Amino acid sequence: MTDIVTNPAPAQPESPDNKSRSLFQLAALRFRRNKAAMAGCVMMVLIALFSYIGPFFVPHSYDQVYSSYVSVGPSLEPRPDEASLEDAMRGVATRARVNLDEFNVEGQTFTATLSAENPIDPRATRYFDRANEFKNTKVVATENDGRELKVEGTVSREYFFFGTDPNGRDMLARVMLGGQISIAVGLLASLVSLGIGVLYGATSGYLGGRVDNVMMRFVEILYSLPFVFLVVVLVVFFGRSFILIFLVIGAVEWLDMARIVRGQTLALKRREFVGAAQALGLSDWQIIRRHIIPNTIGPVIVFVTVVVPKVILLESFLSFLGLGVQAPLTSWGALISEGASNIQSAPWLLIFPSIFFVATLFSLNFIGDGLRDALDPKDR
Amino acid sequence: MLAFVLRRLASAVPTLFIVVTISFFLMRFAPGGPFNLERPLPPATMENIMRTYQLDQPLWRQYVTYISNAVQGDFGPSYIYKDNTVAELISKGLPYSMELGFFALLLALVGGVTLGTIAALRQNSVLDFSIMSLATVGTTIPNFVVGPVLTLIFAIVFSLLPAGGWGDGSFRYLLLPMIALALPQLAVFARLTRGSMIEALHADHIRTARAYGLPPRIVVITHAMRGALLPVVSYLAPCAAALMTGSAVVETIFTIPGIGRYFVLGALNRDYTLVMGTVVLIAIFVIVFNLVVDLIYGLLDPRVRHD
Amino acid sequence: MTGTQENILSIRDLKVDFSTPDGTVNAVKGIGFDIKAGETLAVVGESGSGKSQTMMGVMGLLAKNGTVIGSARYRGKELVGLPKSELNKVRGAKITMIFQEPMTSLDPLYTIGRQIAEPILYHRGGSRAQARARVLELLELVGIPDPARRIDSYPHELSGGQRQRVMIAMALANEPDVLIADEPTTALDVTIQAQILKLLRSLQERFGMAIVLITHDLGIVRHFAERVVVMRRGEVVEQGTTEQIFENPTSSYTRMLIDAEPHGRKAPPADNAPIILEGRDVVVDFDIGKGFLSKGPRTFRAVNGVTVRLQEGQTIGVVGESGSGKSTLGRALLRLLPSDGAYRFGKQDISRHDRRQMRSLRKEMQLVFQDPYGSLSPRQTVGEVITEGLLVHEPGLSKADRDRRAIAALQEVGLDPAARNRYPHEFSGGQRQRIAIARAMILKPRVVILDEPTSALDRSVQGQVIDLLRKLQADHNLSYVFISHDLSVVKAISDYVIVMKNGEIVEQGETDAIFEAPKADYTKALIGAAFSV
Repeated sequence: MTDIVTNPAPAQPESPDNKSRSLFQLAALRFRRNKAAMAGCVMMVLIALFSYIGPFFVPHSYDQVYSSYVSVGPSLEPRPDEASLEDAMRGVATRARVNLDEFNVEGQTFTATLSAENPIDPRATRYFDRANEFKNTKVVATENDGRELKVEGTVSREYFFFGTDPNGRDMLARVMLGGQISIAVGLLASLVSLGIGVLYGATSGYLGGRVDNVMMRFVEILYSLPFVFLVVVLVVFFGRSFILIFLVIGAVEWLDMARIVRGQTLALKRREFVGAAQALGLSDWQIIRRHIIPNTIGPVIVFVTVVVPKVILLESFLSFLGLGVQAPLTSWGALISEGASNIQSAPWLLIFPSIFFVATLFSLNFIGDGLRDALDPKDR
Repeated sequence: MLAFVLRRLASAVPTLFIVVTISFFLMRFAPGGPFNLERPLPPATMENIMRTYQLDQPLWRQYVTYISNAVQGDFGPSYIYKDNTVAELISKGLPYSMELGFFALLLALVGGVTLGTIAALRQNSVLDFSIMSLATVGTTIPNFVVGPVLTLIFAIVFSLLPAGGWGDGSFRYLLLPMIALALPQLAVFARLTRGSMIEALHADHIRTARAYGLPPRIVVITHAMRGALLPVVSYLAPCAAALMTGSAVVETIFTIPGIGRYFVLGALNRDYTLVMGTVVLIAIFVIVFNLVVDLIYGLLDPRVRHD
Repeated sequence: MTGTQENILSIRDLKVDFSTPDGTVNAVKGIGFDIKAGETLAVVGESGSGKSQTMMGVMGLLAKNGTVIGSARYRGKELVGLPKSELNKVRGAKITMIFQEPMTSLDPLYTIGRQIAEPILYHRGGSRAQARARVLELLELVGIPDPARRIDSYPHELSGGQRQRVMIAMALANEPDVLIADEPTTALDVTIQAQILKLLRSLQERFGMAIVLITHDLGIVRHFAERVVVMRRGEVVEQGTTEQIFENPTSSYTRMLIDAEPHGRKAPPADNAPIILEGRDVVVDFDIGKGFLSKGPRTFRAVNGVTVRLQEGQTIGVVGESGSGKSTLGRALLRLLPSDGAYRFGKQDISRHDRRQMRSLRKEMQLVFQDPYGSLSPRQTVGEVITEGLLVHEPGLSKADRDRRAIAALQEVGLDPAARNRYPHEFSGGQRQRIAIARAMILKPRVVILDEPTSALDRSVQGQVIDLLRKLQADHNLSYVFISHDLSVVKAISDYVIVMKNGEIVEQGETDAIFEAPKADYTKALIGAAFSV
């Protein structure tokens, strides 16, 4: 800690590669060393990819109804499975008054060998096409003077990895859509609350005095209004479209943000470097832009990671009350509340959205903790 | 002390007034009304109803009437529960909500503080990590998931406890909803306690206590714990108010006849008087609990004086 | 009171390590010294020398990430590695400690009576009533007025000096063999410092315990200790009797420490030098009434009718204890806070200038702060920090011009110009203070207000910063207002001194006159406390 005046040595950098690092770069380094936080980041990216890119790889759309597959459980096997396909085929054969000698399914095609006492009319294939499961049945070979027929066609087999809901919609596609909406609501509402909160808090804190008093009094009154009341009334007031829901949540969530930013601003105003800037003759706006805002970013970022899961939870709460996005659109919260009411008959309706929901909130928590540790002002 | 309490109660009056005013007008400006049903009523009937409930009067008039009635303790008739006044509904439901809320608060407080303290004393150990992961689970899983899952496990699969309802009011009926209600708050208490306990253990006066050879029991319980509980006590007020005024979610899942659902039902059906009644009730709870907590705070921290 | 030759506490090969995310830090690197019964031993070093951590290690009080190895024997009993329950029989009974911050060292939630009684009850047993009687006796002993009433006070109801007396009472409660005093006076005002040290000395005479005084302040050591251990970077540089150390230091480091006490005197400017900055009847009120509905603003008068006239090339030292209003006066002179009075800068009347009008004058009058950690924005590079003023006052400069000016300014304050691409957190305290000075100097000001610019720095660095300030003053014919509580520094840099107390001037005059023949009692007390403990 001793300086040598006669030979002013350059500062000893902390890193061996002799590179100077800003506090943000140092924080990023620390963050990258935090395994739980990095795992949270990877998880979050995977979940986002699943929700936003996933639908391109799933042939079912979220609102497509499969009336023959209502409330079927999750399975890695395609539906219908081979045994039930054969049953279906047998049923068709009986209706067509032919015998089924052989039946094979390979991928999306089937081959069947039919036989009868008398030559079979090739138009019998129509019977096959009438069934839900088979399509494009063609005769490929006729043997034994037409008493034996080899037919070929495509099977329409559907994969429902996550099962279907009571309306016969694919849960996989719905969980993906729910993710899109929940994540979007979480981010957008947080941005709204960030915008209002930072602006309000910084103004109130920097101006101080009577303005600050009045502005904070207003926040206090809003605080003493029951929170749920505010949300419910606003949702009822604005209607239930997707955009308005995140606006409403953001409009309610900004109170904490405003308080935090105001506290930060008040603390920064007392810091000596702001005093130094005033002594240099910088204007208010220059001080806010060059000194206040860059120094509030850390705590604000940390707080955003707390708000995002909170908002997602809130949205799910609204969905539970039936105030969320409207069908056929859905969110994780809406899916979970549907699942909760069918928990005995169809537990997968609860399990799959819950897994993604909890994994998301967990990841965000870890990311938030990691950011807090990385940006910890005590290290300065 | 008494003067402090009186002064605080007096200052609560304007707050309450502002809350009531904002709620009143917010409700009224929302589109729709209590009797706008899917099939519109004949105009004559409608007019009749509006007159009965004085909804045909100008808004400011209704406001003045409401305020002057409310001051006398008359919160008007409910529009959806047509045979009851708001006061009747609340006084019927409130005991259930309060009893449930009280036990949930007790569980959250005792459990959370215990777990948080253990985690702080064993900071960065496996135990600490497990407790904090549990706390994260507690805060992240919404109680409308916890509720049904608890029902599934304890009521349906193992048939140990009733799935819902109040029954004879015995503890068996209370247990599951109490856990569902307490879990997120327990997690908050655990996190809070751990954080403030770790900070308290690093305080200079703890070093003094150690330097004077005081046994760990005294250091932790008398010196660290008391200081660490201060932020926990502060959180007690909003938490108690939230738990004791009923949860729409938990009361719906476990079919408990409390007041939690009135609020949401009232708001959805534009039952103005019912919503206003619950708003006033919640605001009073918040004010009272804040006051109680401030008094406790004064007992715990000699630097705070109420005179 | 020279102790017997018995070694009561022997430290050998003691090492203290801290494991941090950036690797292990060796705070104490295998040191050894003895404490003899009844003596006063000073352990001296600058911040980071490991002087505190040595004793914390011995007492088992290291932070969680710290480990101690080696040996520390109390009357032959090994303390390092002793189980906590065994160690607890020694600490608080045989070896006790007092700390730097008496406010935070006491539990704010319990009465002082209870806190002093705790170690008595634990180590000696007995009833609460007996312990209370003993506490009363101790409070009397350490000079707490009206002990019967004070015993039920909480720490926040006492003054800083009284709290330290309470700590001392606690330390004496079990009649220890060794009292470790870790910077016991650093957080106190000078006059209180002297009282506390006097008290410690008289108690030592009565009870005969050994005192280990951990301090950075050589002035205290010279007057208080019998033997001295000098530490630097976790190692013992030198040890010996106080006389040896001060008269014939063998290590160059010790000599440097001793010489670091600011020397020299500044010549006053010519009598006819024009007045550059003047504040007449300066009054500053702070609004301390809070709350929206409280009736009328309550105010606190921080500065009450003070007049300052600063000549070109002059340095006015403003001294006073905390709360005397000296920093507020400095800011009022720069018109940085709302104040009453008449102000002139050169020939210009600036009493009515608003913020915008003042802006053009800011270039001429600059401010340097105490805390070199807080006064530099952590998010800007050093280059950005020091050129910020140029953006306001010389907006026509190109980026390259500004860079050239930054290089020149850094060289002038004795820093490598490469520093401008680094961030403040990469520099030591002294280097940061140089950066802060460069930020003021780059504007080529005529008046600089220096608000405790050396108080947060180690002694050796203080001397260098004072030298730098004197050189800059000579080179540029600067005028300084030097605000400080540290009289030795003020004596070395000022040619005129103002002594302040409770917002008013107690005494003022030429430096020599003030220091040689102080008139006011308060000034005498300050000087007496600072120069002869």
